[in-house]
This record gives sequence, structure tokens and C-alpha cells, in this order.
Amino acid sequence: MTLDAPVVHNLDPATGESSAVTKPNRLSIIDGDVHTAPSKLAELAPFLPQRWLEHMQTYGSRKRHGSSYEPYPKAAPRAMRRDAWPDEGGLPGSSLQLLQKQHLDHYGVDVGVMGPLGLSGQGEINLDLSAALASAINLWQLEVMAKPEPRLKASIVVPFEDAVASVREIERLGADPHIAQVFMLTRSMEPLGSRRYWPIYEAAQAYDLPVGFHVFGAGGHPYTGAGWPSYYIEEGAGHATSCQTVVTSLVMEGVFERFPKLRTVMIEGGFGWLPALTWRLDKLLDRMRDEVPHLTRRPSEYIREHIWLTTQPMEEPEQRAHLEETMEWIGWDRLLFASDYPHWDFDDPFRAFPASISDAHKRQILTANGKAVYRLG
Amino acid sequence: MNSNMNLQGAIDCDVHPLTPVPADLLPYMSDYWRDTLQVRGLDFWETIAYPANAALTIRADWRQQSPRADANPATMAKTLLDPHGFDHAILNCLFPLQSFRDGNMAAAFASATNDWLIDKWLSRDARLRGAVLLPIQNIELAVDEINRRADDPRFVQILLQVMGEQPLGKPHFWPLYAAAEKHGFAIAIHAGSTYHHPVTGSGWPTYYIEDYAAQSAGFHTQLGSLISEGVFVKYPKLKVVLSESGISWMPAYLWRLSKFWRGIRNEVPWIDRDPMHYVRDNIRLTLQPFDLPNDAVTAARIMEQLGSDDLVLFSTDFPHWQFDGDDMLPKGLSALQVRKILIDNPRATYSRLAAPVRKGAHP
Repeated sequence: MTLDAPVVHNLDPATGESSAVTKPNRLSIIDGDVHTAPSKLAELAPFLPQRWLEHMQTYGSRKRHGSSYEPYPKAAPRAMRRDAWPDEGGLPGSSLQLLQKQHLDHYGVDVGVMGPLGLSGQGEINLDLSAALASAINLWQLEVMAKPEPRLKASIVVPFEDAVASVREIERLGADPHIAQVFMLTRSMEPLGSRRYWPIYEAAQAYDLPVGFHVFGAGGHPYTGAGWPSYYIEEGAGHATSCQTVVTSLVMEGVFERFPKLRTVMIEGGFGWLPALTWRLDKLLDRMRDEVPHLTRRPSEYIREHIWLTTQPMEEPEQRAHLEETMEWIGWDRLLFASDYPHWDFDDPFRAFPASISDAHKRQILTANGKAVYRLG
Repeated sequence: MNSNMNLQGAIDCDVHPLTPVPADLLPYMSDYWRDTLQVRGLDFWETIAYPANAALTIRADWRQQSPRADANPATMAKTLLDPHGFDHAILNCLFPLQSFRDGNMAAAFASATNDWLIDKWLSRDARLRGAVLLPIQNIELAVDEINRRADDPRFVQILLQVMGEQPLGKPHFWPLYAAAEKHGFAIAIHAGSTYHHPVTGSGWPTYYIEDYAAQSAGFHTQLGSLISEGVFVKYPKLKVVLSESGISWMPAYLWRLSKFWRGIRNEVPWIDRDPMHYVRDNIRLTLQPFDLPNDAVTAARIMEQLGSDDLVLFSTDFPHWQFDGDDMLPKGLSALQVRKILIDNPRATYSRLAAPVRKGAHP
């Protein structure tokens, strides 16, 4: 079997439209990180109470990092691929037609799991606004994207600093077959294994939904334990550390003891950091097991059973064999392909993997593992 | 590694003397600060790092010695230096003065602790070398302290904590690096937080295990900061030693940093080489703890991922419990790697080790 790619396109001379022709043995692709977004606030109006629409128009988004957008200017406008801006205006990820043509059809993506950022309420200081925006973006995903285009799956964005409102949202939408996961961000007010977040994990487990933790977020703290770095390059490389905080906290707080069927996915933080962290946590548990007597297993066992990681942005060591051995340490059944479309650091499913990785392993990462972790209905 | 491995001539680059209490430091303070400590009742100062009775803080067999193995130069020598024939041990005193909010008080404690180290340790065993503690809260006073210690070759490095108020690459800190480079001091960045921020970017973790695990993330931050800000462009001879970092986190972090640099290097145009090159030229790591499973194959893979045999400096992290028995070296190292780690790499890193210590400096 080979990876055929990208999908061949036939241009219809009459319409100029392309139509994807899929080869019979084409490898199917599950993309764990597709960023859809309303073109502008007004597009959320059908889903957002008038009171909060007016609030947004008057006071705007006020997040726990104090900036109107993000603290670090991006590598490209709004961190977007320059070819992903719709001709009709609005943000990349807002035009279903362009998303279909440029991404789903072009690469033959069978399932794209949406991860809305920005106008999603997460990180808002005002918790009522946070909940209202999360509800609105969830309905928007369903009505504007997932129902018209069943290849797109929605995430339940939860206003996670308010567990009561988050559980309400999961209970409201959790049974909908267009929903694939619950969506949180890695930066939070407390490390994400803390008990204030447990009701969210309980509800996610009850609905058989994995919880995705996407990098970024505004928890109200400097982005590192040593203060604020100066540059976007530091923030970007540093997402690996916020992911480590999440994994460490989930494990040490005993979240996987309490919720033994919980599946979690680390999104957009790469994966190379996990083996060293796992080794470190195992060793520390051996030293100080008496501090966490609620744990019945070693950290490596919880991690191996409960944590998946999306691959983008794929680490690129000088020696590609180093990447392969790192994937081996993590486990080939734990890695999920993600493109991060339409962001600038997008990974192409046909070019992101080192050539040495076997087709069988690619098949696991591109398809099989996603089927195992997401609730695809 | 087995316990028969020859450690003769090794230089142990991260050893902790028992941390002094303020009363120990009074003899080295001015009248003003002696009065202040008494009037204000400052008779203890501890942070939440290294809880005194936690297993990690001091290995059980060393804790049970009487006096404790880390209590004075004689017991340390008997436990650590003599049996293995170490040439030197570099003492990193962890008195948490960088956690003071008051820079003047920190300067008084830094100077007193450095004097205490000379008096109680460095002058009592010719093999011992020291790290200079600084009042990081006030850069001008910190530079004064570096200059004050420059003529004493027994001090070979500057000691900073991995989590302070700002990442250490910021230009605010550069006078420290200018002074260090001028005098040939290495900069040791050691696990530890001032706790002026939570130890994670997502707030305070519940358990000490998490706090200690997070120290490794602090090293990610500092490596990214030192490289991105251009510290090694400005100070190409500077050596920065990441002490007690865990080591195995570094290759994967560099893959990320390198990838982001390729994508957005226009943000830091002074960085005209892949970040990996600065690591090879300017960054070193102490050996313990080496976060690894206990097998030779994985250790060899990580050593290869590090991309150079010049990076790792021998350390025991004594008396912290990082290994059992005499298993100070991970399995799977070649004889050449062991020789470099034990001796060659430390000597290449610490130029001040070559300076003669004047007669009479130690009785």
C-alpha cells in the first residue's frame, strides 16, 4: 500500500470547479485539528443572546492576558496561511466552500475535528460571557458547518473555568452525533487536573467523549513559571511546557483513577516532550509515592492508557530516525494526525511524516487511532 | 554503569552543602543587618522547595549518618569525594535568597552566604569549589558581588534559579553575563523557583512532585530565552550550565525551537544559526538527575539525540536522592563518553578550575 497524494483533481471545463477523484486504495484521513471560525461577530448573532451581542459590541473580548487579541504578534496575519483568506471576506476557516475545496477535498480528509479559537469564550474574565460565547460557537459549529458538511465534526467548547456552566453545555449537546469531543485549552487558572475541573471530565466520560486540550489559552498567569518571554518563537516552542503541566496534573491529581474511561488528547503541542516527562514522573513517583497515595499505578501506565497526542507541528530533528524512536517510545497507537488548517504552521498529511515511517504506522496515525479516540458516531 | 566504574579524577559539578540558617550567616553580616535580623525576627527563611523531610531532598543513608553527610566538609569528603577519588566538587548552596522581594536584603544575604561558604567549606578542603550567589533582584548589586568574588579562583560559577521573575535571556540581565564572561565564570542555572510566579503557566500545582516535575519546564523556558534574545551572539564565550534539569527533555525541545526558528526567524534576525549550534557552543547540562528508564539502550539513544558528547557534566546532585548505591552514571555510556563526562567536559567548561589557588587560602 502506498500513500497516494494529494488526491487527483479533475477540473470541469464548464464550471472550472474541481472534483476529487479518489483512488480505491486511498488512505483515509482523520484530521484532529481544523480551525473553523465565524467570519465576524455578527455571524454569531443567531446563536448569541442580544444581551451578550451588545456586551461584545460595547466592551469586547477581555481575556486573562489583557490583550485584545493575543500577547505575541503572530508569524502571519492572525496566524493564518496566506492562501486561506476567503475571496468573499471574513476569516480563514469561515468559508465552508473554501475549506472543502482547499482542505477536505484536496487532501481527501474524511473527518475533520473542529477546534474553534478566538470567539469561543475560553479565557474570558467575565464567566457569563465565557459561557454565552461557548454556547454560541457550539451552535454555530453544528448549524453552519457540521450539519451541512458531515465530514466536519464539532467540539463542545466549554467555559472551563466555570465547571457548572461547562457541564450544562456538555449535557445540552453531548448526545448530538455531530459532536466528537469536548474542547479545552492548556493554559488555565489552575493546572487542569485540579478538582475544580473534575465535573467536566465526569460529564465527558458519561457521554463517551474524549477531552481535547489545545495549546494557548489565558489562565491569568505569566505563560511560564519564569515569567513572560519576549518572543512568539519562545511562546511557540514553549507550548510543549504547558502540555506537560496538563499531563502532570491530570496524572498526579488522580483524574484517571476517578474517571477510568476518560480519553484525553493533547492538541498542537507536538509530542516529542512526552517520553522524557513520563520517565521523570515515574522516577518522582518512586521517590515520593507517599505524597500521592491515591495513585495505584505508575504515571507511565496512566499516560499510556489515557493520553493521545496530535502530531502537528511535527518535530523535525536533524536525524529523522530520532523522531521515529520517539514515536516508538510513545506508542504508535497514541498519535493522531492533525493539520492545524488554516494556520501558517499547517502540516500536510502527505509531507509531514518522515519517509522512513512505515505505511502501517502512517495508517494508524492518519486513521485508526482517530477512530479509536474520537466519538465519530 | 556498575559500581566498579573508575570515577578517579571526576569533577562533581552539582553538590549541595547543608543550607545555612540565618543565624549561621550573622557573623558575615554588617551591624545593620545583624540588628535587622534580630529586630525583625528573621531567624528562618525557607521556600516550599526541597521539603526537609521529603525522600528526594536527602538520600536516606546519607540522612541517617551522624552528622548528616552534607553537614560539613569532613562528612561530605568521607561520603562522596574520598571513596571515589573526585578531583573537585562544585558547591551550589541553595539558600533561597533570590526569593526575597527586597534586593538590599538579598545582597546582604548573598554576600554573607558567599563568605560563609569560603569560611566553612572552601577553605577546609582544597578540592571544593563554589558558586557565587547573587541578589538577582538588583542587577547593579549583583554585578558588584560578581566582581567582589572574581579574584578568588575557588569560585568557578554564578548560581541563578531557573524560575525567577523574568526569563534570563532578557537584556536586563546582560550585565551579569558581561561580568561572568570577563572573569571566566560559568553561569549555572539551577532547579528552583523564587516563587514570585506560580511554577507553571497554569497556576500552582497541588503536589510537590508536580513542582519538582515543573522545574524541567523552567529549563525549556530559559534555553529558549537565552538563545532567542541573542545572549550567545553578544557573549559568545559564555558557558551556561543547566543544573539538575533532567537532561532528556532537551532534544525534543530543541527540535521544536529549531522548527519555529526556521518558520519565524524574521522575529529574531540576530539569530543567524540554527539554535542547535548555540547549544553545542554555549550550553552544558549536569548529569543528575538523568530522566531515563534504567536501561542502556534508551540512555544511548538519548545521548545520541543530544547530538554531541561535549554537553554533559558529571554531577551527583548530592545529597538529593537521584541514584542508589554508587550508580552515579547511567548504563549505556561508552568509555569515551564517561571520560568526557567525568573530566574533560567539566574542565573545558570551567576555565577557572585551571587557575592556581594561592597558598594559604585553605588551611
